[in-house]
Amino acid sequence: MNVPLKVSVDLTVNGVDYPVTIDQGRNLVSVIRGEIGLTGTKEGCDDCECGACMVLLDGRPVNSCSYLAVQAQGRLITTVEGVMDGDDLHPLQRNLLESGGVQCGFCTPGMIMSATALLARNPHPTEEEIRIGLSGNLCRCTGYAKIVAAVQATAAGS
Amino acid sequence: MSFAIATSLADAIALMAEGARPVAGGSDLVVGARHGKAPLPDAIVAIDRLDELAEITVEGPTLRIGALVTHATLMAHPLIGNDYSGVADASALVGSPSTRNVGTIGGNVMNASPAMDTGAPLLVLGATVELTSIRGIREISLDALWTGPGRTSALHDELCTALILPTPSARSGSAYVRLEYRRAMEIAVVGAAAMVHLDADGTIASVAVALTAVAPTIIMVDAVHALAGLAGPAAGIAIAEVASKQAAPISDVRASDNYRRHCVGVMARRALEAAVRRASGESIAIPVNRALGIGAAR
Repeated sequence: MNVPLKVSVDLTVNGVDYPVTIDQGRNLVSVIRGEIGLTGTKEGCDDCECGACMVLLDGRPVNSCSYLAVQAQGRLITTVEGVMDGDDLHPLQRNLLESGGVQCGFCTPGMIMSATALLARNPHPTEEEIRIGLSGNLCRCTGYAKIVAAVQATAAGS
Repeated sequence: MSFAIATSLADAIALMAEGARPVAGGSDLVVGARHGKAPLPDAIVAIDRLDELAEITVEGPTLRIGALVTHATLMAHPLIGNDYSGVADASALVGSPSTRNVGTIGGNVMNASPAMDTGAPLLVLGATVELTSIRGIREISLDALWTGPGRTSALHDELCTALILPTPSARSGSAYVRLEYRRAMEIAVVGAAAMVHLDADGTIASVAVALTAVAPTIIMVDAVHALAGLAGPAAGIAIAEVASKQAAPISDVRASDNYRRHCVGVMARRALEAAVRRASGESIAIPVNRALGIGAAR
């Protein structure tokens, strides 16, 4: 039986380079959490269905459970830890808290990554565009209405 | 074991000749490995940085869609939306924004799922697939490529480098619709694509219809020439009957064989109706599923 190949790569997460030595078959979420130690990104279904593991790769949302970590070298990875401005919450994070868009919180990091990518590309989305933008993120608590409201409030500049 | 990031097509096919398997977005490969469907290959070559495979170009009487063009690009590309609408309809239904960002047309075609959304529209539009290896380039029809669920006739060292589509004639249109239980992260329960060319009087001059998730591969409906000369509801009724008859579906967690057989007829009719409307010059927004309220309600 083959011993898994260890590969040494630099991963750039939230602007910081992290040298890691990992099995070539490891998915990105396990490396971000287990090697780099940023645990904001969640592992949910591990099947590309729920969106809890959403990160941005060169600014585009990607399910990090279904992406090989070694393939991310040379790309810019953004996790939920990277959206704050110092100690200040991102406006979307504040709006999620204020609107009741966070209950158990497990889906929240993934929601934030999908929504910030949407707002970067389309600063004034319609409700339908927001729902499509978040369609790869499952939430089992809120019923989505308050999450959509938080994105709308962020787009409106509050 | 090995992992390499190809910096040129020559690199990629040389490594494939030595036994490496290609990965683009990885969404089928990585999920499949964790499900135990197929272990991750020992030797992997990442092809996602080969920009020359990520282009959509008009080449004489054909359109060349590079294998690395993503579903996100296809669903929003004006030329695809206007002249190859069925491919845009299908691409817009794949997964979610994140899966459409990493999912590629080449990966979709080579994964050879009978439930793949882009397969039926590519088939009715007459697409061929370009396979490249160190021995050269060959172009084969999709019919010849797909041999079963997850199986293709491509040789182990051949890389899908492009899909080649003929330019549709004037007064033609295409559409893809699917039956779905939810609007995102869904796999077609059944689906159908239609491509029609109309005579000047609005009757059907020629038509092609293909079906999704009712056989071991995407299938083309036979004997649709009987629809020539028909227009409107008569053509829709006729295609629904023929499609249901030719479907050979299985029962699984998502639907029974009987339900699939009935619904694929409905999807064929609705795909044909939408294709006729587009061929008549009407604009129906991408994807038809949302524009016409087919499939899951919100």
